[in-house]
Amino acid sequence: MLNTDTIRPRGPIVIDIENITKHYVMGEETVHALRGVTLQIHRNEYLAIMGPSGSGKSTLMNMLGCLDTPSSGRYEFNGKDVSAMNDDELATIRNHEIGFVFQTFNLLPRSTSLRNVELPLIYAGIDAEVREERAADSLRAVGLGDRLQHKPNELSGGQRQRVAIARALVNNPSIILADEPTGNLDSKTGEEIMALLENLYQEGNTIILVTHEADIARHARRIVHLRDGLVESDATAEQPEIETLAFT
Amino acid sequence: MKRFIYELSESWKIAFAQMQSNKTRSMLTALGVIIGIVAVTLMGTAITGIQTGFDRSMSILGDDVLYVSQFPWARVNDWWNYRDRREIKTEYAEPLNRMIAATPNSNLLLAVPTSSITKSVKRGDNQVTGILIQGTTADYPLISVVDFNEGRFFNEVENRAAGNVCLLGYDVADALFPSESPIGKEVQISGQQFRVLGVGARQGSFLGLFSLDSIVIVPLPTFKKFFSAKSESDVRVKVRDKLKLADAKDELTGLMRRVRALPPEKKNDFDINEQQAFKSTLDPVKNSIALAGLFITGLSLFVGAIGIMNITFVSVKERTKEIGTRKALGARRRTILLQFLIESTSLCILGGLIGLTFAYAMCFAIATAFPSFPVQFSVGLVLIGMFVSVFTGLVSGFAPAWSASRLDPVTALRYE
Repeated sequence: MLNTDTIRPRGPIVIDIENITKHYVMGEETVHALRGVTLQIHRNEYLAIMGPSGSGKSTLMNMLGCLDTPSSGRYEFNGKDVSAMNDDELATIRNHEIGFVFQTFNLLPRSTSLRNVELPLIYAGIDAEVREERAADSLRAVGLGDRLQHKPNELSGGQRQRVAIARALVNNPSIILADEPTGNLDSKTGEEIMALLENLYQEGNTIILVTHEADIARHARRIVHLRDGLVESDATAEQPEIETLAFT
Repeated sequence: MKRFIYELSESWKIAFAQMQSNKTRSMLTALGVIIGIVAVTLMGTAITGIQTGFDRSMSILGDDVLYVSQFPWARVNDWWNYRDRREIKTEYAEPLNRMIAATPNSNLLLAVPTSSITKSVKRGDNQVTGILIQGTTADYPLISVVDFNEGRFFNEVENRAAGNVCLLGYDVADALFPSESPIGKEVQISGQQFRVLGVGARQGSFLGLFSLDSIVIVPLPTFKKFFSAKSESDVRVKVRDKLKLADAKDELTGLMRRVRALPPEKKNDFDINEQQAFKSTLDPVKNSIALAGLFITGLSLFVGAIGIMNITFVSVKERTKEIGTRKALGARRRTILLQFLIESTSLCILGGLIGLTFAYAMCFAIATAFPSFPVQFSVGLVLIGMFVSVFTGLVSGFAPAWSASRLDPVTALRYE
């Protein structure tokens, strides 16, 4: 069942993956986590990657997030070949192009919301005043304009995840990669976070959701199912009666 | 570059926050460095103190004076080759001076004989023992630094006349004339009355071995009249240019062979000593003491460094997930390396600052309690102390910081 509410027109291709594989050598055994995945993700898509544990979901997420490189296959991010990049080049891609939202929030415990959100800007080499302004703007955008100087332990779970989302947004990334973003939240707060992501999507962001919960995945407009390291199904919602606009 | 500066300032902030949130742990770790720095700087102070004292003693010998003596000052392993040597006579000074005057462009300036013996000096019921009685000529002030608290050196007439006049070293004057000026008063040496002409300024001790102020100087003829038995003599020769000391030494050797009428096949049966000979004997001793001291105190600093390394490893382990997050957000290897290096370095700098403060206080206390001990707490020492601290931080933090920078972001993010 796919979400067909207000499907936004797709933009150009951001992620172009062709036949990528990933295997790990664990002692005597070789684990084939991905066995040849081909996937194209366009700007302003809202996509969920689903699959049971062991399906290669996490491995694919690490690939998409440029945290890891494939064993074989081609991966282009905004037309740049990522598969052969070294650690530092990947770090730059992550910094500029990808906003991460983690299940466990991954905020720096002793830093204020503002400082947490500033972090990607520090790594990008942005001036201090601009940095602070943009971080504050980003926090306001997720509804935390009054929590700038709070530390994570002074915030609720939902607020923490909002800080994390603000941090993901602050560098205007090409994609937002959310790994089980509601996994550590109660269902009500989880819905709030999903509503926030829906908002971001409507504002023109590209969102990739990695989850094993069908309830969460149904917020997306496209669902990719993985099984045993292969794409099992890839379904995109079609807006009834209105033709899909093409970007040129 | 800008990015590097931001990362740097970010790293300092993190390091500071980290120390604040782990106060006990940071202090305990820094303690190792504190002890190390205190030990090393105090040792450094002691070594410079010894060096200063040594140099001061050496300058008393004079760096432009050659000492013609029966034996070398430097230690020898073949003493049997020296035992049959004839004594040095004070009379050698006269032919030496004559020959110096006859040599055009001589490297030598003036020869002055001295003779010495140890005696007691009395004044009334007061007596000081173990005083070096030195006989010399009126030329003595020309080759040696003689500073007077009061009075003067004896003159040529008093010298020739073998008058019973003397100069007292500071300690001798102080012991015998505690509350009055000794000038014009009389002291007794071996039953003879000597009139005091002058009192030397305080000079301290030679290498801490014997006091240079426990001395009485009398005219050489007078000395010969009363104390010649069992006395030791040498001839001191001032050189014209201390940069040509070697040439002067060769010249003096030739002159002494003529004075002693040594046939060409005979070896020298005297030695020409200079302050350098002392130095070359004492330098290895002094240096090995310094080296051993620095090594042992360096060990304590090393133990401190291991503590820093250990705590940085723990810190990296504890914050693996944070490292993963930072990497995900775009921190490069260098950024992470820098962050942990700065953490370990700031701990060491903290330890270094506290250690230097302690060391300064201790130096101050020692200088107050023992004014004669030459302790010097210099700016250089502070700089060296801080340099050593930073260096220790960098070295001990490097291995953990390197391992942190190499962490795979995927593994680090998954770490619990």
